[in-house]
Amino acid sequence: MALKIVVLAKQVPDTRNVGKDAMTAEGTVNRAALPAIFNPEDLNALEQALRLKEQNPGSTVGILTMGPPRAGEIIRQGLYRGADTGWLLTDRLFAGADTLATSYALATAIKKIGDVDIVIGGRQAIDGDTAQVGPQVAQKLGLNQVTYAEEVLSVKDGKATIKRVIDGGVETVEAPLPVVITVNGSAAPCRPQNAKLVMKYKRATCPMERPAEGTAYDNLYEERPYLTLNQWSVADVDGDVNQCGLSGSPTKVKAIKNIVFQAKESKTLTASDADIEGMIKELLEEKIIG
Amino acid sequence: MANNVFVYCEIEGTQVQEVSQELLTKGRKLANELKVELHAVVAGTGIKGKVEDQILPYGVDKLFVFDAKDLFPYTSAPHTDILVNLFKEEQPQICLMGATVIGRDLGPRVSSSLTSGLTADCTELEIGPYEDKKNEKVYENLLYQIRPAFGGNIVATIVNPDHRPQMATVRSGVMQKAIYEGECKKEVVYPEVSKYVSPEAFVVKVLDHHVEAAKHNLKGAPIVVAGGYGMGSKENFDMLFQLAKVLHGEVGGSRAAVDAGWLDHDRQIGQTGVTVHPKVYIACGISGQIQHIAGMQDSGIIISINSDPDAPINRIADYVITGTVEEVVPKLIKYYKQNSK
Repeated sequence: MALKIVVLAKQVPDTRNVGKDAMTAEGTVNRAALPAIFNPEDLNALEQALRLKEQNPGSTVGILTMGPPRAGEIIRQGLYRGADTGWLLTDRLFAGADTLATSYALATAIKKIGDVDIVIGGRQAIDGDTAQVGPQVAQKLGLNQVTYAEEVLSVKDGKATIKRVIDGGVETVEAPLPVVITVNGSAAPCRPQNAKLVMKYKRATCPMERPAEGTAYDNLYEERPYLTLNQWSVADVDGDVNQCGLSGSPTKVKAIKNIVFQAKESKTLTASDADIEGMIKELLEEKIIG
Repeated sequence: MANNVFVYCEIEGTQVQEVSQELLTKGRKLANELKVELHAVVAGTGIKGKVEDQILPYGVDKLFVFDAKDLFPYTSAPHTDILVNLFKEEQPQICLMGATVIGRDLGPRVSSSLTSGLTADCTELEIGPYEDKKNEKVYENLLYQIRPAFGGNIVATIVNPDHRPQMATVRSGVMQKAIYEGECKKEVVYPEVSKYVSPEAFVVKVLDHHVEAAKHNLKGAPIVVAGGYGMGSKENFDMLFQLAKVLHGEVGGSRAAVDAGWLDHDRQIGQTGVTVHPKVYIACGISGQIQHIAGMQDSGIIISINSDPDAPINRIADYVITGTVEEVVPKLIKYYKQNSK
């Protein structure tokens, strides 16, 4: 059967390379100061979506992301790998959202997209490591959820069979569609970008990504509507402003601090035989090791 | 309404998970501080009479046991219904659960249903006041949900001023379990499951559920030998396994080493892995990102082996050995063998 699949993807700061200006005074992330990447586990999710598309002729894959205008890059990266379309939720009113307000925004967008069979995203994003958005989107849409998925084994007769990783083992579950799935980083890696698709979509942008004075490609945008990516505000998805952004977030950041661990008085040794043997003898004498 | 502290207890078959007992001990402390009761919830199949003694000794005033067909293996919807409907009746102020696969599946679903805030992977939980400067409002006795954030580069204190329950998940090993010595009521009730869960909730079927006992006991090992990105290769980890074997310890590693594919995921030590409290922690080629240190800082003696004398982990080490792991680890094995016995 043809499936309508939405991939939840997030542009995240690469937390492996963090500088001192990474946080704002209000305790939110200063995204402008950091290299932005496609959240790794969302790429694993995209791969599962693209496989389902191949196995189920007539299926479509769309990338749904929320962020500043530059997050349009996430949709392009998805298109380069085989996605059919994408939606960028961007609005100052979405800013400062915790996981609950984020889920609300994504759920309203999924309702607006309509008739979605599978919503699939990474288990968690590397900037928060919370793993909350998937289940919260599922709850807001009243859908079933399957988290920690390793592989979507099959979709037939309106049911998805999914292998998932649990603490200390594995599980296979069967969930009726529509379903929300979150995918582990241990799942199959995402296919690389396709050169033809890169050529096709490299000028694809959301309206807010384009400079106000216009671009050299304005004609191209008129000729090829697929180069204009969907861009939605709170109003576009009929969102309730009170449930979006900071005002829709029950959790508040009370304090942020850079951790300073209590420095110990340490003994400094070299790699010499005398130093190492000395330490071992000391630990044995004090019965710290047996 | 007393607005008590609740702990969701996770089970595998009829075995209550250790992380839940750790949270009961923490929950008891929080309840005492708030002068309220500690309540526990457990849901499964055929658990009546088998789980109570694994839960009550940790200081539980009231335990809700939901026992019915298909509540084990866990699926999201029935367990969500149980907590959501129970919490609507009981109005708890705090709910704790393990930051396990189950807790991280259930917690967000419950929090979304109740529109309450949830903080994942807390490393500390405390009670304290909060001043909302914008609205000029002061809150007393909020739960401080403290967690490393942003790849472990900072630590954030999160509060939920207006929504209840205040929900938090905590990883296994972060808190320590202890049988409660004080007085508590130890009441047990067996609510009728059908009053809490609709039949439609059982739509997701578990076709196959396979769990193996852990291959190692990293969490409880008295000596931990851990390797980081500075190990350089998977082969070099063989050396650490040798050292761990000689010392009767276990091998762990940093996120960077696990991400590099040198070590199994279940051996990752740190905020997003296992938390350990060994007598001796030997850090080999580990620079000491906060997210790692959060998982081992309470170790007794910390030995750091690093070619970089300024590695951040050296600041919390008792012994700092400046040298390469290739040079130092074989010497540790050699001199231990020579001098022990």
